[in-house]
Amino acid sequence: MNIRRFIWPLSYKGVQVPDSKLSRNNRVEKAKIPEIATIYLQQHIGAPCEPLVEVDDYVSIGEKIGDSKSFISAPIHSSVSGIVLSIEKKNHPSSGLKKEAILIESDNKEKWIDREKLNDISELKKEDLLHIIRESGLVGLGGAAFPTHVKLSPKTKIDTLILNGCECEPYITSDHRLMVEEGDKIVKGAEIFAKILDAENVLIAIEDNKPDAISIIDSIIKDYNLNNFKILKMKTKYPHGFEKTLIFLATGREVPLFIENRAGLPADVGVVVQNVGTAKAAYDAVYEGKPLIDRVVTVTGDVKEQKNLLVRIGTKFSELIDFCGGFNGKVEKVVMGGPMMGICQNDLDISTVKATNCLLVFGDKYKDKNLSPCIRCGNCVKVCPVNLVPTDLAKYARVRKFDLCKANNIDACMGCGSCSFVCPSKIELAQLIAWAKNETRNIK
Amino acid sequence: MILDKKNIKMTPSPHLKKDISVKRIMFLVILALMPTTIAGIYFFGYHALLVIILSILSAEIAEFLSLKIQKKKFVMDGSAIITGLLLALVLPPTVPFWVPVVGSFFAIAIAKHAFGGLGQNLFNPALVGRAFLMICWPVLMTRWVTPFDAVTTATPLAALKMQNLVIASNIDLFFGGIGGCIGETSALAILIGGIILIALKVIDWRTPLSIICTVFVLMLLLGQDPIFHILAGGLMLGAFFMATDYVTTPITGWGRVIFGMGVGLLIVVFRLWSGMPEGVCYSILIMNGFTPLIDRYIRPLPLGIKKTKVNER
Repeated sequence: MNIRRFIWPLSYKGVQVPDSKLSRNNRVEKAKIPEIATIYLQQHIGAPCEPLVEVDDYVSIGEKIGDSKSFISAPIHSSVSGIVLSIEKKNHPSSGLKKEAILIESDNKEKWIDREKLNDISELKKEDLLHIIRESGLVGLGGAAFPTHVKLSPKTKIDTLILNGCECEPYITSDHRLMVEEGDKIVKGAEIFAKILDAENVLIAIEDNKPDAISIIDSIIKDYNLNNFKILKMKTKYPHGFEKTLIFLATGREVPLFIENRAGLPADVGVVVQNVGTAKAAYDAVYEGKPLIDRVVTVTGDVKEQKNLLVRIGTKFSELIDFCGGFNGKVEKVVMGGPMMGICQNDLDISTVKATNCLLVFGDKYKDKNLSPCIRCGNCVKVCPVNLVPTDLAKYARVRKFDLCKANNIDACMGCGSCSFVCPSKIELAQLIAWAKNETRNIK
Repeated sequence: MILDKKNIKMTPSPHLKKDISVKRIMFLVILALMPTTIAGIYFFGYHALLVIILSILSAEIAEFLSLKIQKKKFVMDGSAIITGLLLALVLPPTVPFWVPVVGSFFAIAIAKHAFGGLGQNLFNPALVGRAFLMICWPVLMTRWVTPFDAVTTATPLAALKMQNLVIASNIDLFFGGIGGCIGETSALAILIGGIILIALKVIDWRTPLSIICTVFVLMLLLGQDPIFHILAGGLMLGAFFMATDYVTTPITGWGRVIFGMGVGLLIVVFRLWSGMPEGVCYSILIMNGFTPLIDRYIRPLPLGIKKTKVNER
């Protein structure tokens, strides 16, 4: 044990957030197929895709409609069968900016591409599996949407694969329902990942507010006789589901901030983290030949019925909310993602992307409190999961002292928003820090 | 479906906020000071009550005027009430009524607003107010009386220092009923309030604990009665309510421990080797001055800063 880490421990950090998992017992339903699917060319971290289809082309479900030559990128697929209406700029949910998207009008015939189904993958080589995963357009479905095949081709030796089923954000239940309903597919997907990575240990991290998921996954592991799989029961606390925090809590290893002038990666400490939803998508891709065209989205908050929906990628937010019976009263905010890290939307004509795990509606009862100056209470320091001093970073950011931000390790910030959550003065610390972090990119 | 763009809010994440506010923290501190205040009024009567009320009122008026001059919006956030109340609690029960008024004005206008207002002051305003009064009117500020019958007396610390006399047992010191400032006589009342604040996680337990432990250990090593020194004078009030003031103390846990150790050390130095019988006020003020330095060097170790060996394939 490192003495400096003993003096400045990390394990107890984080915040208790209200649970609010309203839809935890609702089975996953299939949402209505969108009339017009809007598939953005940028659905992931990395280079955006180039369209492979032209206007008036006929596409089937699962047909590749966009790809990129860049390594850090993932292809996109049509989620409906029909005719390509147009390729135009539409508002993107992650940035609010106009981004290129392919619009496909559905003919409701549900015509699939030819799928190659497999029952046994033992003969497939690692390269083949990686190829299937890349061609299926798999990205991390936890919210960051990092291309999965990039994560699965590390340059270092991996000994531990962590399957992330923490779902530490309030309200979201999509991973929870997936674990309860399709646990076997998740475990099989994890086996695929472990095979590609040669990982000896597989840890499935689940927070203890999901006892049903823990028992189901546990029985599946026992049924399949997987001795190298282990369930890691986590304490329910935000942000335990974040990659670096999870790695530290599960293995005691710290992902270095920088290695040889580049940002450190989990693979540098021999760990790869994948979301449980990604594992299920990998199962679909390898065993069923189905590319990533749908995912589970939790629609919750102030809607008439809270639901977990299996949603085709490219479905409009308005269609999802209509499917859940519409708004419940006056609406103040519509958020894509969870309440802690989600992004506010000002339009419902925006469509879901691969990273959309939740659509959250806030009514007007969520009032913002009055701002006051920082009283240096130290709550943000107490909760910061990466041991920063958020109030100081925000103070430097306000006066544009970006070099001081850099010197105080602003790069370690994961943007979890715990500091803003606990601030009694209601200062938007996370926003200030995220902005300053962006500004420091140019400082070497 | 179209969103009503007039009513829609675009805010940065997180969209949930903890139900906590500056006002509420201040209210809880005031609440925790109530046992001490009530004990002071019980021991020293109406005069103490009037001193407390005058001090709070003038602090609030000073706050209003200071903000008015700076053309800032006046918000009743309770911080001036705490300053006024704390100042009254560290005044002798016999002071003339103009003393708390002058002290409060100095504390709010000079120690707080001249430094930039809430969250910007370097020194604890109530203690600056007391130090100012102590320097200007030392005779008025050291006129002690016994509780209930108001006979002129010395504080236990002064008696020990000047005449080498122990005039109060540790049990008296714990429950109250000795000469001293309005809020200093009963350690029990302070302890009740302090434990409430620690239980509600409003204040950090590290600061009072490190002050008390430092004084205990040092006094024990120097052959003094450690229990007496912890219970006598303003140590308890200072440890639980002055040294835990957010604005003027370090922000990290270990910073607060170092701050507390510094305060404890200075208290021992003042009590044993200075010309004054008591030094809690000055000890905390001196350590307030060290706060930016402590905060600069005592910083938590962020995740991933230490060098880790890269796994080789």
